[in-house]
Amino acid sequence: MHEMSLCEGIREIVETAARTHSAERVTRVRLEIGRFAGVEKTAMEFAFDVVMRGSPAEGAALEMIDLPGTATCFDCAKDVEIEDRFAPCPLCGGGKLMPKGGDEMRVKDLEVA
Amino acid sequence: MCTVCGCGDGKIEGHDHGHHHHHHHAPDGSIHFGDNAAGVSVPGMSEARLIEVETDILAKNDAYAAANRARLGGLGALAVNLVSSPGSGKTTLLCRTIEALGDRPLAVIEGDQQTTNDADRIRATGAAAIQVNTGKGCHLDGHMVGHAMDHLDLVPGAMLFIENVGNLVCPAAFDLGEDAKVAILSVTEGEDKPLKYPDMFTAARVAILNKVDLAPHCDVDLELYETNLRRVNPAIEIIRLSARTGAGMAEWLAWLDTALAVKSPQEAAE
Repeated sequence: MHEMSLCEGIREIVETAARTHSAERVTRVRLEIGRFAGVEKTAMEFAFDVVMRGSPAEGAALEMIDLPGTATCFDCAKDVEIEDRFAPCPLCGGGKLMPKGGDEMRVKDLEVA
Repeated sequence: MCTVCGCGDGKIEGHDHGHHHHHHHAPDGSIHFGDNAAGVSVPGMSEARLIEVETDILAKNDAYAAANRARLGGLGALAVNLVSSPGSGKTTLLCRTIEALGDRPLAVIEGDQQTTNDADRIRATGAAAIQVNTGKGCHLDGHMVGHAMDHLDLVPGAMLFIENVGNLVCPAAFDLGEDAKVAILSVTEGEDKPLKYPDMFTAARVAILNKVDLAPHCDVDLELYETNLRRVNPAIEIIRLSARTGAGMAEWLAWLDTALAVKSPQEAAE
């Protein structure tokens, strides 16, 4: 969706962390992205390269770790893990699922030199 | 403290590399650990340090949104974030709502990429409105809304309507400090729109099915709209409405009143 503005958020987080830890160069950035976060990985990779130019993370490798999507089933009242938003409840087969987790977008850690 | 992963520091933890730090023997027989640029060594990550960050990418936006929410809470004011695709009838609905609310205190923040057309339309109703042009941006964010609020004299118990940029994708992720997102979906857009853009309809508390007066002319199935909305969000409240004929307006205004009433006692309790 808005991978460019997300990357601007990442850049600020990276710059702050690099400054705090007196790191001149960031060589790898690891993100945790939930299945329902709406992040398009290809767009994220493209935006990342562009937005990190001139920052300590210029040329850094980008790694995205998937986090599962979770939902509460309105039929059996259990919390379940689902593959996509329209998947039925894996426990009872119900179709009324309220997404609960999986919209995470986090900078997990940085590798610095 | 281990300088590789910082364990013992308390802030930096959770790596899976273990503690098998490599070392090598120098010609003089001494043993050197981490004899490289960063002064430490990790298998597969030589000459590098790991910094645990664990920060939400939208943390900055969320902080602005929290400040907006606190400000609105202090006033006992209700903020509604109106989201939809372009052309669903957000501005017309807003004009009709303002007319129906009469002398009630309210203000409007209008988000668009360009022009002050929408704010002009709102101001023509006599309401206070401020236009935020996002330029290249595809959504309003917490910072923009905070600035816009600085320019509006919100009084206690007011309603603040935030008309987001017409876009069913990005505004879903950006908290503005609102009490509820209200998604507007016009009946000409297709019954499967909630399935095509599930993020927004999941994030919304209310869906307004707008332009229902057109339904008989364009072969749409209103029940199917509702089924699809509930498929992506079983808890969503649905209001069938026509801003043009006024059908459903009473239900919408009642929803606003109830939502505002929930806000006001908070102020009294504090």
